[in-house]
Amino acid sequence: MKKGIILAVAVCLLSGVLFAQGAASGDKNKPIKIGAIFSVSGPASFLGAPEEKTVRMLVDKINAEGGVLGHKVEVIVKDSGGSPEKAVSFAKQLSEEEKVLAIIGPSTSGETMQIKQLCEENKMLLISCAAAEKIVNPVAKYVFKTPQKDSQAVTWIFQTMKDKGISKIAVVSSNDGFGAAGKGCLEEMAKPAGIEILANEVYDKQATDLTDILTKVKSVAGVQAVVNWSIVPAQSIVAKNMKQIGLNVPLFQSHGFGNPLYAAKAGVAAEGTLFPAGRLLVVDELPADHPQKALLAAYKKDYESKYKEDVSTFGGHAYDALLVVLEGIKKAGTLDRDKVRDAIENLKGLAGTAGVFNMTPEDHTGLALDAFEMLTVKDGKFTIYKK
Amino acid sequence: MLKRLIPIVLMAAVIVAVQLLATALEKEYCLTQLTMAIYYSMVVMGLCLVMGYAGQVSLGHGAFFAIGGYTSAILTTRSFLSLQDTWWAGILKRLHVFVLREDMFGSPIMTVSPWAAFLAAMIVTFIAAFLIGYPALRLKGHYLAMATLGFAMIVHKIVLGSAFAGAADGITGVPEWTLGAGLVITGKSVARVQNYYLASGIALVILILLGNLVRSRVGRALQAIHDQETAANAMGINTSAYKLQVFIVSALIAAIAGVLLTHYTGGIGPSESSILKSVRYVALAAAGGMANLWSASLISTLINYLSLRDWFGTFDNAVFGALLIIIISIAPDGPFKPLGLWIRRWSSLARVRTGEKNHETP
Amino acid sequence: MGSEILILQYLLSGITKGSIYAMVAIGFNLIFSATGVLNFAQGEFVMLGGMIAVTLSFYFPLPVAVAGAVVIVACIGCLLELLFFRPLRHHSILHMIIITIGLSIVIQEAALHIWDEKVRSLPYFTGNEISSVKIYGAAISPQVLWVLGTITVSVILLHIFLRYTLQGRAMRACSSNPEAAMLAGINISNMRTLAFGLSAALGALGGCVISPITMTQYEAGAPLAIKGFAAAILGGLGNPMAAVAGGLLIGIIEAFSVSKLPAAYNDVSAFAILLLVLFIRPHGLFGSPSGQGVREF
Repeated sequence: MKKGIILAVAVCLLSGVLFAQGAASGDKNKPIKIGAIFSVSGPASFLGAPEEKTVRMLVDKINAEGGVLGHKVEVIVKDSGGSPEKAVSFAKQLSEEEKVLAIIGPSTSGETMQIKQLCEENKMLLISCAAAEKIVNPVAKYVFKTPQKDSQAVTWIFQTMKDKGISKIAVVSSNDGFGAAGKGCLEEMAKPAGIEILANEVYDKQATDLTDILTKVKSVAGVQAVVNWSIVPAQSIVAKNMKQIGLNVPLFQSHGFGNPLYAAKAGVAAEGTLFPAGRLLVVDELPADHPQKALLAAYKKDYESKYKEDVSTFGGHAYDALLVVLEGIKKAGTLDRDKVRDAIENLKGLAGTAGVFNMTPEDHTGLALDAFEMLTVKDGKFTIYKK
Repeated sequence: MLKRLIPIVLMAAVIVAVQLLATALEKEYCLTQLTMAIYYSMVVMGLCLVMGYAGQVSLGHGAFFAIGGYTSAILTTRSFLSLQDTWWAGILKRLHVFVLREDMFGSPIMTVSPWAAFLAAMIVTFIAAFLIGYPALRLKGHYLAMATLGFAMIVHKIVLGSAFAGAADGITGVPEWTLGAGLVITGKSVARVQNYYLASGIALVILILLGNLVRSRVGRALQAIHDQETAANAMGINTSAYKLQVFIVSALIAAIAGVLLTHYTGGIGPSESSILKSVRYVALAAAGGMANLWSASLISTLINYLSLRDWFGTFDNAVFGALLIIIISIAPDGPFKPLGLWIRRWSSLARVRTGEKNHETP
Repeated sequence: MGSEILILQYLLSGITKGSIYAMVAIGFNLIFSATGVLNFAQGEFVMLGGMIAVTLSFYFPLPVAVAGAVVIVACIGCLLELLFFRPLRHHSILHMIIITIGLSIVIQEAALHIWDEKVRSLPYFTGNEISSVKIYGAAISPQVLWVLGTITVSVILLHIFLRYTLQGRAMRACSSNPEAAMLAGINISNMRTLAFGLSAALGALGGCVISPITMTQYEAGAPLAIKGFAAAILGGLGNPMAAVAGGLLIGIIEAFSVSKLPAAYNDVSAFAILLLVLFIRPHGLFGSPSGQGVREF
């Protein structure tokens, strides 16, 4: 009997907590609801945290300026902690309960792939902040993404290699989604570009030291350059370890190197590192008439003065995602999701942080090759690489 | 006998009441997360058996969950179309092991059927659990904790490093599982209520079976092991064999949960096999009082549910860790035990009072 | 690059990794031998040490920052014992292990909210990011020598403490026979507090010296704890020297497995060997089989 009473009490507690949440308001002039799934904590927090900060900052700014189409903008941010099952749960929650107009995020490609089909089936607009190519290839009607494509980064890297007369390279990458996608892209595009991959190694993203892998690379004769595809802290460790064991060939990093902090962490070892990135990091060097200049300068200033930390390209992806949705709404002139989707698909010449977006039904990223710039590290600062 | 039925009937009533309440309040969508939480709770139920009754810690239940989920996900999404013309594929097709269907983009593929994949997952899990449990459980002390930690680490790295398991992106596009009799495990919102009942029904069955196991000869032997292993050994109880049985059973339950959840969400990612996940299961079982199956399953369902609905935001793990510390510090046998004591005292006090009242007014 | 130099380079690379694991394993071992608790929060001590030292280094010179971090983390270690383990001493060891899991999660999350998700590091103690010491043509970062030096000094000091001081002997007594130690008038609770403080201090010191190599992030503790845990078990619980040997061994196994297998699987080989050792020699490679290796709990 005791158990019975306990259970009864538990039931009361349970049902109290279970449904004690969420109430839809039937306001006429209701805000535009946009869902966001970012991994603010967890292993991908280096992506999610700046994304969340950026979105909050941008929403405040837009609302202070009167909102969009006379509506305030409300962003509901969910922290997935990098777990796909949470991303799935939140995507369902946002679309079925909150009835958001669009979802921006998730931060990682693994999470995005888990909810791609879900969003497509529920006709939910998804603007991913993850880089992997397969998010938009094959094209799903309701799924877009804002970061530049991996293949474009690889094109830039291979082009720079050709200019430098490099044809035999080693590839090292981390065992997370970002590293795996980049590795795949490098392997696929090497042959057509006339580049030979002599060594190809994957390491643990939480590795504390990578001299063993680089020793293996060093033992392969003829390696003219190393391409590393990973995110911090491994990308700083690679730079340091290469110099330490005397592997003195040029180091190419991916566009994941897009935070000045990472260069600072590698110190002098980062000098001369080459990597493709959006123009956010070199906004000061842009000519005054560059279409992105004003937007980038404003974003950098606002972000750095508000949060007292360096702006990164990752936060920029969330900036672009929100921008794309809001521009779509403005262009469509309505809050009807399908019309907004159509408008987004036809956005042309929209300057964002990653580049100028020109969406088409076939291309749901909309960024051309010139969204990238080849950067290098000089005296601890990012600067445009000149041949 | 009747006494044993009461919690089962009550639990069933709770399950129905929650659904009716959700539908009445037009918050049926809550059942999605509740269903997921119930699947995760199954792992905790199995773990309760290992921790509460065999007195061992397993840090590898996330790995067993992942083995179940991944085996099923790989087999049901990988196309074996190229093997279609071999003689054995023909036989397997006739046995409904292979099924022809269309993928997300409409091209034909031949995959293993969910039922066959489920069986394969069980076999793989059984072998893995046996290989880890057999040597580890013959030794005294907490060797299982160490062995399962190493094992979980290996599984996690293999999953992350292997293209066949989708590496860091995991596997997506896992088909729904038609169980027969009109029952389908799917995440589609039209089948939400049905899937809620399916999940809770399976969980209830597992609870009942585990409850019986605990009360059987095995359970009593385990109780003896937990209390005083040396004495149990001396009385002729083969402690390691019992511990191994319990460990394998609980690993299989974790794998079942993995298979079911993978079909429910339509995919699985490497985070399921991470050490943190395994640690979470251990913590939930501990928070529920380890040896108390009912309270552990209720608590873990509740906490997982809240976590999946993002109640705690960025504080998800923090709340979870704090809760664990508080529960273990204040009520190491689970929060329901002191609550039960309190209710009993309160009710007996009330009885005394009413008795006194009756006495005063004759 | 000749094959001898290559082998030497792998060896040095293994020592670099191994020294980091060993640093964690020593602290792990100390708590275990004094209390029987597998302390899953050991990695958090390492992380906290690094984080606090980085913060202090903005205001103080490096040696002061490191010393400050070690003292602060040691106090945190003692405090945790007083707050969470002392009141629970009548509970089973299983409960205490689970408390350490909870503490590890809470400390990690607290670090996330106190600092942030960003990666930090201390400057190299000598030289900079690219300097290296050449040994027969193979190279090693001078910071690794700092780590190895710190380990050597810690192990020697620990040895002297445990062998020749009254406190240390009392701690050993608690470890080998708590009941007898209590009868001999040793305050077991205080010994436990001391063990927690000491091992937190060791962890923090490790966190400081490895910070330039590995960098410190709020999440960095857990993977280090797992490796340190593995190192302590491989070597044999209850003996600081064995922990160091276990750590170096795991690092070297990882480095050499990279030379033969795809690097993605390097942890797999390390843990597979750990499992094998565990099953064949349950008390670890250098532990004594007398039951001291792994205490019954």
